[in-house]
Amino acid sequence: MKKIIPLMAFSVIISMPVLADKLVVYTYDSFASDWGPGPKIKQAFEKNCACSLEFVALDDGVSILNRLRLEGKNTKADILLGLDNNLMTEAKKTGLLAKHKVDTSNVILANGWSDNTFVPFDYGYFSFVYNKETLLNPPASLKELIEQRQDINVIYQDPRTSTPGLGLMLWIKWVYGDQADDAWKKLAKKTVTVTKGWSEAYSMFLKGEADMVLSYSTSPAYHIIAEGKNQYAAANFSEGHYTQVEVAAKVKSSKNEKLADKFMAFIVSDEFQSLMPTGNWMYPVTDVALPEGFKNLTIPSTSFSFSADKVDNNRKVWIREWQSSLIY
Amino acid sequence: MSAKSYTLPGLIIAGFICLFVAASVSALLFYSPGFNPALLWQDAYYRHITKFSFYQAFLSTILSVGLAIPVAHALSRRHFFAKSFLLKLFATTLVLPVLVGVFGLLSVYGNSGQIAQLLAMVDQKLPFSIYGLNGILLAHVFFNLPFAARLLLQSLHSIPSEHHQLSSHLGISHWNKFKLVEWPCLRQQLPHVCGLVFMLCFTSFATVMALGGGPKSTTIELAIYQAIKFDFDLQAGALLALWQILLCGSLAIGIQRFSRPIPLTNTTGKQSFYLFNDNRAAKIWDSLWISLVLFLVIPPLLMIVINGLNAKFISVISSPSFWDALQNSFLVAIFAAFIALFAGFFMLLTSRSWRLVGIDFKADKLELIATIILVTPGLVISTGLFLLLRNITDVFGFAIVIVIAVNALMALPYVIKTLAQPMLQVAQQYDQLCASLGLFGFSRFYLIEWRAIKRPIIHAFSISFVLSMGDLSAIALFGSQDLRTLPLYLLQLLGSYQMESAAVVSLFLFILSIGIFSAVEQISSQNNAH
Repeated sequence: MKKIIPLMAFSVIISMPVLADKLVVYTYDSFASDWGPGPKIKQAFEKNCACSLEFVALDDGVSILNRLRLEGKNTKADILLGLDNNLMTEAKKTGLLAKHKVDTSNVILANGWSDNTFVPFDYGYFSFVYNKETLLNPPASLKELIEQRQDINVIYQDPRTSTPGLGLMLWIKWVYGDQADDAWKKLAKKTVTVTKGWSEAYSMFLKGEADMVLSYSTSPAYHIIAEGKNQYAAANFSEGHYTQVEVAAKVKSSKNEKLADKFMAFIVSDEFQSLMPTGNWMYPVTDVALPEGFKNLTIPSTSFSFSADKVDNNRKVWIREWQSSLIY
Repeated sequence: MSAKSYTLPGLIIAGFICLFVAASVSALLFYSPGFNPALLWQDAYYRHITKFSFYQAFLSTILSVGLAIPVAHALSRRHFFAKSFLLKLFATTLVLPVLVGVFGLLSVYGNSGQIAQLLAMVDQKLPFSIYGLNGILLAHVFFNLPFAARLLLQSLHSIPSEHHQLSSHLGISHWNKFKLVEWPCLRQQLPHVCGLVFMLCFTSFATVMALGGGPKSTTIELAIYQAIKFDFDLQAGALLALWQILLCGSLAIGIQRFSRPIPLTNTTGKQSFYLFNDNRAAKIWDSLWISLVLFLVIPPLLMIVINGLNAKFISVISSPSFWDALQNSFLVAIFAAFIALFAGFFMLLTSRSWRLVGIDFKADKLELIATIILVTPGLVISTGLFLLLRNITDVFGFAIVIVIAVNALMALPYVIKTLAQPMLQVAQQYDQLCASLGLFGFSRFYLIEWRAIKRPIIHAFSISFVLSMGDLSAIALFGSQDLRTLPLYLLQLLGSYQMESAAVVSLFLFILSIGIFSAVEQISSQNNAH
């Protein structure tokens, strides 16, 4: 037993906050990774803050919120970056988030932006992405994919851990309403696997494990701009596409309030925003110039989303509906 | 004199274990007021995962043990040049980290694995998917068939050679010999083997996590983890954890009633050769089964090695996160193994001193406490502790201590199983001598026990070490970016589909576990020979 005491002391020491100015940002892995916008944002922010910025990479958007709830007031996070419009009410209810002081008047989203806890950092439309060379006639609607196409298999993400997964759940709910459980059962027959996060699903798709993957209408821009490949496209569905606005918030227990405020303001700056299209492969929320490759992308004819309150009131029930439809 | 003085530390440790488990279970109870199994059963989803846990464990057991019978039988009467090597390999599937095994299986049977690639050459698609029930069963058979075959082989070897001679003299056929001589012996061992395999599959966590692929194939164990980490539904997590205890507890009691365990010895090399009426059909039959098991075990292990030596090798082993994970794995394994050995040793000192004076009943109960983890799976304990500590402190700061404690508890049954018999025998032989020489305490341990039972002690230590190093169920809940062990690192790499890096980590974990395990065995057996 003696051996465990120094170890306990050791673990207490390593868990103590470091005294230097360090801003800890919880985000999802594709944001923080080398190929994501993370490193450039870190560099740009550190340039004039005399601090260090640390990204903690979690599986996906919903896991950021779950991680915060698990840690409660003892969390090390100063900023959460990567929740979305669907999770805002639920995240606010934890009582762990602080109000921001950012002027969001230059945000160009359809209805502007008025939330006082969250600051939007990018937006996009959920879409099924496919390879034009292997899938010659993509489905023209969500209903066609789910009900008619037996030749297509898909990969999507778990709505309990991932914001795209949650998005698909809401998309199907929007289109199918009370018949959603039936739609899930049909989709289950053509599902290769349900992954925890977006990165895993997308890389499985790129390795050829499925015909279509749930992603964004902007994903093909990555292949066009970064890889010079034109074979990937996002299917345009006639019912319309679910809109996602990705958001960031400040954690109440943050010990670096000033630094956190500075970062929140940095989010809507041109410097940060211009990194979104080619870093996170999403649309910027302010009026910064879009790169060339974005102009050829399909833009959904209609787009929609539930209110954050509506999602909050129903998320548990709808997830249970999804779970229960999959088990038969 | 000597008997009394040894009981106290063991009792204190037993009390400590009870307290530890009780604390975590009461935290679970606190989080799920009004625990009602009936309500749980009425929920379609919970009913499904409960059914699925039983269903997959049942199929896994039937397949693993059912196939192990002809394999063990074939191995018992055949001798070939790599047999002892094969048996050593069999021993390693028990200590092989689950994720490493799963990785090997994926690279053979996965959608982009070897078989799929071969089929692609002739323009065929893989006719099955490894995700879901198929994969779970395959992995469970991969892990448990060799283990079951070894246990059954051991019991076949316990058949007296006179029986073999007699059947040979009488010239009875293979089938009749199996029915009259071998089967009755196997049958005694079967309930125990089946029970063990069933429990292992029922509480299977890492396999189902890696190969489950959605809510359809989820076990209760995995659902506990998901409820907490995915849904942040602490109440459901606690409820499911209690449900798991209830089911495992009833299963354990049921199994104990029907079976009489035979101690697992570590002898694989030498056994007597016996005569039997061989013929061509029997030869073909046996080689068929032996090749089947070779085909099951060898390719995945081989793929771990081949895949591991890829272009990412240098970049993985030069990354700090790898060394960090390696260091954490070592820390966890070494402390967990020491604690398990220490606790097991003192509890056995107590229980054997009771056995020596004939109070077997009390001794049995004490040893049962040490195997409490079989009824309350590691994840359940971690969940309870997590909920308990959550309100008091930063759980993630204490993570490593909790992971070590849970792993030590998980290794304890193996320590008890390995040391119980040898320690009792030593005491029976030397107790009076020691008493007359006035040897006790550390000098007795060093002069008598250590010399006599060094080998089982080292075996117990190495098995605890390797199991803790490969464990995922405790770290899964507590792990974070700051605390990663090799298995967790491997899971994260698999999760982000970085297959090449995952292959390198798999290879490392494979070499470390198997290497340490066999090296320690080798050293201790050499020392014994002197």
